[in-house]
Amino acid sequence: MEQQNTTRGAMWLRLLTGGTRPAHDWAAVQVCDAELAGQPARYIAVVPDPANRFSRARNGEVGLVEGWQLAKAVQEVVAMDRDAPVKRPIVAVIDVPSQAYGRREEAYGIHQALAGAAGAYAQARLAGHPVIGLIVGLAMSGAFLAHGYQANRLIALDDPAVMVHAMGKASAARVTLRSVEALEKLAATVPPMAYDIQSYASLGLLWKVLQPASLAQPGEQDIAMVRGALEAALADILEDRERDLAGRLNGRHRQASRRVRELLQTQWEAAD
Amino acid sequence: MEKMEFEFGAGQPASGRTVAGVVASGDLEVLLEPGQNGRTTVAVQTSVDGYGATWTSLLERVLGPGSLPAARIEINDNGATPGVVRMRIEQAFEEAAQGGNTP
Amino acid sequence: MSTDIAQLLARDSFIERGARSRAKALLDPGTMRELAGPFERLHSPWLAMQQLVTSADDGVVVAKGLLDGHPTVVLAIEGAYQGGSMGEIGAAKIAGSLELAANDNRRGIPTRAVILFETGGVRLQEANLGLAGIAEIQAAVVDLRRYQPVIGVSAGTVGCYGGMSIVAGLCSYLVLTREARLGLNGPLVIEQEAGVAEFDAKKRGLIWGLTGGEQRVASGLADACVQDDTPEVKAAVARLFAQGLPQQHRSERADHFLACLARVDTTEQPTPEDVRNIYQQGDA
Repeated sequence: MEQQNTTRGAMWLRLLTGGTRPAHDWAAVQVCDAELAGQPARYIAVVPDPANRFSRARNGEVGLVEGWQLAKAVQEVVAMDRDAPVKRPIVAVIDVPSQAYGRREEAYGIHQALAGAAGAYAQARLAGHPVIGLIVGLAMSGAFLAHGYQANRLIALDDPAVMVHAMGKASAARVTLRSVEALEKLAATVPPMAYDIQSYASLGLLWKVLQPASLAQPGEQDIAMVRGALEAALADILEDRERDLAGRLNGRHRQASRRVRELLQTQWEAAD
Repeated sequence: MEKMEFEFGAGQPASGRTVAGVVASGDLEVLLEPGQNGRTTVAVQTSVDGYGATWTSLLERVLGPGSLPAARIEINDNGATPGVVRMRIEQAFEEAAQGGNTP
Repeated sequence: MSTDIAQLLARDSFIERGARSRAKALLDPGTMRELAGPFERLHSPWLAMQQLVTSADDGVVVAKGLLDGHPTVVLAIEGAYQGGSMGEIGAAKIAGSLELAANDNRRGIPTRAVILFETGGVRLQEANLGLAGIAEIQAAVVDLRRYQPVIGVSAGTVGCYGGMSIVAGLCSYLVLTREARLGLNGPLVIEQEAGVAEFDAKKRGLIWGLTGGEQRVASGLADACVQDDTPEVKAAVARLFAQGLPQQHRSERADHFLACLARVDTTEQPTPEDVRNIYQQGDA
């Protein structure tokens, strides 16, 4: 119990939902129905489960069960609001070190479990639910793809403990046959390879970066600032006619992504 | 990584455009487009440094005589042997002569 | 004996074809048009920055044409270039094409998509742009599959790994050869992260036994296992398109998969047979 409460993800979930009892008695995937801007909203976080039956998913990794539980938690929201005029927001509180690495995981198709989660978030977004991703710790590779990367808007807290990447430094160094120091040096000159949140922000994928006074022990002002940002993101989404991810294409480092789409559009219709 | 550029006299512009090969280890990609009448240009990008003389003599052997169609050629090489380089260039010219392979 | 050899020689290998050739072979003869192709010279700015040789198509071919008479775009990943890894441009080619296909459907044009997965996932030299690009591909697949089936094919030798395996999990249908493998983390990465007892990357039998095409189809995680034969791959794709949208996409079956996983004995490592038994039992 204690360990669960010490992760950033668990802490921010508790702070933002006022300690609401989870909607499911799941150990790793915490699902809390609370409020945002005075209206019902579902908050979801993945936290460590030291007693996880799947031994490779005990430190907050998104494993087989976690992937499918994320999918279920999001599917439920869509089902609840299917006939409702207002689609409630979903807030993914993101602090996930990685996907789970293990034989069991590969054997039973962890790729499919994470697809369940990613697909559910995407479908919720397409159904009109505002999906907001709040990065309060690690947002790494497959785990981030499953939990948060399908959000309409991404918000990150600015702190050395907050990191977005495709692979952890130690693993990346091993795979590319470099030392960690050499990798860090290279990453500092190539924006998409960097590990710090400011470099990530330069890619134009984040809607907002927040500067809390303390990430480890947030005070009232920090909590109010984060809540305010979530409300502003909600308002921004509601004003947006489109519910896709096109808002991520505006950064100066995404020139190639825009150019490719322009070319495809131009050439798509040419006489066959 | 090294970049080199070459120019040769040539015949009439090639009849089509084509891509041959892939930038795989030990292979190369050759892009060939019709060039200006009488002139063939070659831009080489290679992962292996220090073989400028080898590239020069190989391209001189293939394109030096000036009898092949005029082309704009781009080569992206990942350590192919001269034999493979030559094969891919010839493949590109053959496909271009048949009208090209990239619609 | 001589008939077998004759058959082997006559076989039109799909695996041996490069991405461009695979795409062309799947589309109806004479209908293929390549979009955002190598002559647009879309070289990766991030690889160039690191003095690495770039491919003019960034390892992805966008081929638009007709498949069985229907407007179809084939997104073919070149596994021989950088292990088929996804960089900014390659991912944008795939996501952008899927986005346009979805828009076509909203305008009444029934454009469908096939993705040829030969990829290890994110290109580490482009890390966060590769990952973001894959998220955009996932979004586009979920959008398009509301209107038309999105069919994934993996033939080998690279297989389908990393973030792109999650894309495969979102497809309406998956076609695999026996040689193909489908998994999230490659054997070497698992061995590095979890130790050789957890996964010995040298054991080919283990790898294909657990993640190979035949096993994935037998476990219900893919839909067709085909020979490495181009006409057979094409026929499987056409047949699956003809089935139309599935009643429920595999990725939507959370309750089913949770019920199956609840029955897994986690005190032992799984054999391929264990996995097939668990997944074939259904929700009983």
